Amino acid sequence: MTNGFLKNLFKRPVDSTMVILTFLATLIIVAILTVILTTITISGAPHLSWDFIIKAPEEGMTEGGIFPAIVGTTMLVITMSILGLPIGLITAVFLHEYAGEKSRLANIVRFAVNNLAGVPAIVYGIFGLSFFVFFVGAQIDNAFYSGSLKWGKPALIWASCTMALLTLPVVIVSVEEALRTVTQDEREAAYALGATHWEVVYKVVIPRAFSGILTGGILAVSRGAGEVAPVLFTGAAYFLPELPSSFADQFMEMGYHIFVMSTQSHDVDATKPIQFATTLVLLLLTFSLNFVAVLMRRRIRISRR
Amino acid sequence: MQNNNNNNNDIKIRVKDMNFYYGKVNALKNLNLDFKSKFVTAIIGPSGCGKSTFLRTLNRMHELYPDQRVEGEALLDGRNIFEMDAMELRSRIGMVFQRPNPFSKSIFENVAFGPRIRGERNHSRLSEIVEDSLRKAGLWDEVKDKIKESAYALSGGQQQRLCIARALAVHPDVLLFDEPTSALDPIATAKIEELIVQLKKIVTVIIVTHNMQQAARISDNTVFMMLGEIIETGPTDKIFTAPKEKLTEDYITGRFG
Amino acid sequence: MIDKRLINKRKVYNKITAYGITALSLTAVFMVLMIFVFLFKESSLFITSDLVKTEMRELGITLYDLLGSEYQSVAYPPKIGLQPLITSTIRVTFVAILVATPLSFLAAIYVSVFAPRWIKELIKPVIELLAGIPTVVLGFFALMVLATWIQTITGSIYRLNALVGGVALSFTIIPIMFTLMEDAISSVPVPMKEASLALGATPWQTAVKVLVPAAKSGVVAAFLLGASRAFGETMIALMATGNAALNTFNIMLPARTMAANIGQEMAEVAFGDFHYATLFLIGFILFIVTFIFNAIANLYVGHLVSKSLGKV
Repeated sequence: MTNGFLKNLFKRPVDSTMVILTFLATLIIVAILTVILTTITISGAPHLSWDFIIKAPEEGMTEGGIFPAIVGTTMLVITMSILGLPIGLITAVFLHEYAGEKSRLANIVRFAVNNLAGVPAIVYGIFGLSFFVFFVGAQIDNAFYSGSLKWGKPALIWASCTMALLTLPVVIVSVEEALRTVTQDEREAAYALGATHWEVVYKVVIPRAFSGILTGGILAVSRGAGEVAPVLFTGAAYFLPELPSSFADQFMEMGYHIFVMSTQSHDVDATKPIQFATTLVLLLLTFSLNFVAVLMRRRIRISRR
Repeated sequence: MQNNNNNNNDIKIRVKDMNFYYGKVNALKNLNLDFKSKFVTAIIGPSGCGKSTFLRTLNRMHELYPDQRVEGEALLDGRNIFEMDAMELRSRIGMVFQRPNPFSKSIFENVAFGPRIRGERNHSRLSEIVEDSLRKAGLWDEVKDKIKESAYALSGGQQQRLCIARALAVHPDVLLFDEPTSALDPIATAKIEELIVQLKKIVTVIIVTHNMQQAARISDNTVFMMLGEIIETGPTDKIFTAPKEKLTEDYITGRFG
Repeated sequence: MIDKRLINKRKVYNKITAYGITALSLTAVFMVLMIFVFLFKESSLFITSDLVKTEMRELGITLYDLLGSEYQSVAYPPKIGLQPLITSTIRVTFVAILVATPLSFLAAIYVSVFAPRWIKELIKPVIELLAGIPTVVLGFFALMVLATWIQTITGSIYRLNALVGGVALSFTIIPIMFTLMEDAISSVPVPMKEASLALGATPWQTAVKVLVPAAKSGVVAAFLLGASRAFGETMIALMATGNAALNTFNIMLPARTMAANIGQEMAEVAFGDFHYATLFLIGFILFIVTFIFNAIANLYVGHLVSKSLGKV
């Protein structure tokens, strides 16, 4: 910033006012974040303990821990990643490495991805219910289980499918960004050595873009752990006596747990500490995931050889 | 240094009536020339004269870009390059690029890349090939203790020699060099020039360079191009001391760059 | 080193993988189509399903009741007028946009025009953190803490209402709006900015007369995207608006947005009955409206939604 810039910043009353006003706006935003984090930490931290993490809820959710919810969330994001990461990776590779500039097919795919990115989470939720639970699940039951109700109800697998769909655009955008960092030089060197298109992609481009792909995966997991609307009717449950033993089972989930406990529990005051502590745990989880992903993304952007 | 003492005076590559198009633009016009086996042939000319464009047609790199098109013939040992299988061609003709472009892998894996995709799985054979190629590129002694480390840890000059080793690992007959030292410091440049002169014992070398002195130093034959056409070709010492064409003479004496 | 058989095998593999990759990439297209189809299918149960038609006849309700001004799905006979849900959604979205837009816009100007570099570097992680807060956490915060504060300030008898929900909702759309607006303003070519300053204009004048007009499409697109997000948000609305479907534009009264209504009631409906169809109809409307918002935003800045994912 030049000397003239600073001199003119407060030149007239209008300027001074606007500088201060816009600064205040920025400050308010920072304050919002600080307040949210502080209140949750202050009310939640005291109740955090090792037991809280590894024990199940007791005494009607007023005591004990949230272990099943943590397990459920973990199973959800792992399944979601197994389903969604490969498709996201392949779609991004298609868009960047295979489709030409003017390819109509690529434009259609991009249009579709753009739309998926804008669909509200609750719409994913009801879609998951209608398509995965009541259609795919029911068809599986009819075909293989002679109509008994095993897959045609809310289940871990359907919640994971729904979540994989929701996070697909996140993965695709991240991977495409990573693919962009691979220079044309490296590709040409591989071709000059006699590699086929697929070999160039598989042996040179994708390994080179690996950290970007990982970043995409981490961001997707962070979203998957935090969004609740998609699992409201596709598989999450408030209290289950056992951990899920198959993909057809329902599961407890941290975000869902916070939602139900804070809006519907019998004794709101008694469960308050647990509510805050659970929220704090979820917050810490998503923050550390995002933190790692952002760090990796910064390193990728800087290290463009 | 010129050394015409070759045991094989055959024509390795013969180019006949070659035309090249970027879309509708005729960038290379009616090229006809020969490249002698186990010679170092330099292609010189002012910026934009088409020398790199021409070089890249020889291993069909232009096919990566849909609006680039070639007409005419180029014969490698009598077989038309443009009708051969592209992968087979690239086993016979290799390329070293302007900026060193090693893969983000270890030194070993960089050199082993070519043999690996051709099906070589045996680790001891791969190690042999890697060591042999690195020796030929004059890099073995410098990297033999860190062969599993990332190629990015090497200096610019070392990376370029690594790229040469990588290209040599598939035992090509011809090596194309596209301004290989323009991104390197003088010491690294000298090393590579020495290397190229050594390499002509085992491969035919075609090198594009914007540095006339480099061409004079290392090549046996020289081709002078301008605006997509070949102005003159001949033994390097003749081109630089007694060029036939006035344009050649003007370029050599620096009347234009 | 030339093995003809191996070369052919590699070529075949090359072709197969190319087809496979292309085919799998169509999954995204397929799923978008499926979303549209299934939402439409379930919404049109009103017309296609005998079960639904019979139910409605027995309960004495018709399709026209959807236009009614009362929504009480558990009443007998049920009242399924969508007006309260629509007005609630408008209320909450309105508050959220009212809070978020000026804050985001002014802050974007500050950060891209006035702020020294170290503040710019500080704001980035702050916004990223804010964006990373799950909406259920924001809803929880609003329900537990924010509602009390707002009630103390406004003296309202309702602890949870459209105002509380809207304010909390703004927290989640501020990162989107701010990031895209700041990006748009910063992307105005530096020479333009320097020319203005060189002519003696103050930074604020430059911002108002040169930068913002040049960044107009980005700013508008950011606004549309934020509005679209606010419109479809569920958890915050579910937890902090009081969940009462009141047909009013008074923001001090509780509300039940369309999204929140789906979230609240879907778990308790039977597959394929008229209530199920109603909720899907609401969901379909949500889908179409957000689609339109996003499409308009895309007219201003291509592939904006995907881009916004890449920045935050």
